[in-house]
Amino acid sequence: MLEIKNLHATIDGKEILKGIDLSINAGEVHAIMGPNGSGKSTLSYVLAGRDGYEVTKGEVIYKGKNLLDLAPEDRAAEGIFLAFQYPVEIPGVPNTTFLKEAVNAVRKYRGEDPYDAMQFVKLVRQKTKELGINDEMLKRAVNVGFSGGEKKRNEVLQMAMLEPSLAVLDETDSGLDIDALKIAADGVNSLRSPDRAMLVITHYQRLLDYIVPDQVHVLANGKIQRSGGKELALELEKNGYADFAEAAA
Amino acid sequence: MAQETFTIQGLPTPKLEAWKYTNLRALGQIEFQAPTSTPSIDQVPTVSESSIARLVFINGQLNEALSDTKNLPEGVTLDANPASVDIGSNETALLECGFSLNIAAGVETAGPVEVIFIGGVSDTSIAYRPSIAIRLEDNSRASVLENHVGFGDSIYFSNGVAEVRVGQNARLNHIKIQAEGAGAYHLSNLRAQIGRDGAYDACTLSIGAKLSRNDINARLEGDGATCSLNGATLLRGTQHCDNTTVVDHLVPNTSCDEVFKGVLDDKARSVFQGKLVVHKDAQKADGRQYCRTLLLSDDAEVNAKPELEIYADDVKCAHGATVGEIDESALFYLRSRGVPEKRARSLMVESFLAEALENIDADDISAHLLGIIANWLSDED
Repeated sequence: MLEIKNLHATIDGKEILKGIDLSINAGEVHAIMGPNGSGKSTLSYVLAGRDGYEVTKGEVIYKGKNLLDLAPEDRAAEGIFLAFQYPVEIPGVPNTTFLKEAVNAVRKYRGEDPYDAMQFVKLVRQKTKELGINDEMLKRAVNVGFSGGEKKRNEVLQMAMLEPSLAVLDETDSGLDIDALKIAADGVNSLRSPDRAMLVITHYQRLLDYIVPDQVHVLANGKIQRSGGKELALELEKNGYADFAEAAA
Repeated sequence: MAQETFTIQGLPTPKLEAWKYTNLRALGQIEFQAPTSTPSIDQVPTVSESSIARLVFINGQLNEALSDTKNLPEGVTLDANPASVDIGSNETALLECGFSLNIAAGVETAGPVEVIFIGGVSDTSIAYRPSIAIRLEDNSRASVLENHVGFGDSIYFSNGVAEVRVGQNARLNHIKIQAEGAGAYHLSNLRAQIGRDGAYDACTLSIGAKLSRNDINARLEGDGATCSLNGATLLRGTQHCDNTTVVDHLVPNTSCDEVFKGVLDDKARSVFQGKLVVHKDAQKADGRQYCRTLLLSDDAEVNAKPELEIYADDVKCAHGATVGEIDESALFYLRSRGVPEKRARSLMVESFLAEALENIDADDISAHLLGIIANWLSDED
């Protein structure tokens, strides 16, 4: 589904990604672990298409298309979803409006009729019920005044509404206590499916107790230093990233 | 025979503090003519389905055929001003137009009085003076919708004056749409006197004209009187719009709330001068005044001057002005969810402006204003 080949990227002329190779198939959950500053968030932003990140070498093939040629909104419509480490507050835009705009924009891109108000409300109610999310969150402005846990749950709700084929979860555990983490992870797990791939980016192993990956990659100094099964995460938890930081230096 | 022309004399200059940011020199050089014909139009741009009466002025002349005042509810008196040419101290020849509206004590109207001023339906430059008098007697409630619309690009001048009196425990919702033509100059000077427990809620949407200025002086004259003065301004090209307000808190327990939001593109320029004056005996005055501007271009400019003048010692006043750009991280967030960039920008601008329309109490009217805003945004490059 996703093929990253020798990906190099810079921010303000500084090289952050220094040759990433990664291949993810449908149905798989991959975890990327790494110390701060290793390029984890940069990778997620490059995949989602944020301005300011310049790809200097390499390519990203997603479902046979050159992902880097697409605008962020087109990537979303093609099924890429980035769950933000720090979901953005948008004052004045009600969450419902935001979700409806997003879902209908994606439907339009795919040549489907937009949902009318009734259809949309039905769908959103169904999803909030499945995820155990209070409808009250829909009426508030996007992420404004949300707790850390609410923001992450809102990301999961957006993911459930948009039904992506590749979800990139950027440090979904950051800022969450263990209960909130468990709720967010349950939401993510409920969205695991044979035709959906996930890329879980995290600093700590604990998230992977709840979202169990098929493969774990260690990212340090802009490169994947090692790949392995889920046991690799436990090894990191024990020994830390020091070995990799030194190996890369 | 060539028609006689005149120019507007006695215009304020930027030497006057209140006119520091708005220069009328170009207006003073225009050669105006008295209208030679009575033009008509095919379709009247109406806003509300629930209007209780409608007056239509074209180039400053009442068009009776397009107006409708037949079914005025009891207690509502609406008279179009008799046509005359005002040869005042300025020795100008502005066409007098406008109306006077009276709402009897205790009467609550079911819909707005809708007044449409259509300008620019002429090849020559015409100047007119919409003169408006609105009086709400005690315990009445009404709404007035002024719609200033321009056709074409011709140069014209609308120089309005308005006197509003809101009686005890009466409430007026006054909505003004300024969508004059691209060549228009639009000035208006409104004075509102608000009595005990009365409320004056005004919202002005400014989207048209080459140069416009709305002067509002709200006088809170009775204990418990309130006013809310809101404005939404959207400008592009070299448009200029000035909102200047003075709110006088004259007696105790009065409050005012002002929210002016502006969105400026290209080389457009907006001015906000807002003054809250709390007079000596006006204890417990509560004033809030904000001007927020979103710049869509590096060349756009806003001059904001919020001012407080307080002579009482027990008051609560807050004011401020902010200028910003579209939040790029919010824009990316929306796009990452599939919302196309242009729509994402519009959504953010609409939500930015929405607060300024919150004091409009009829949903169909606020929906109409939002539609005008959406339309403006869809014309963005």
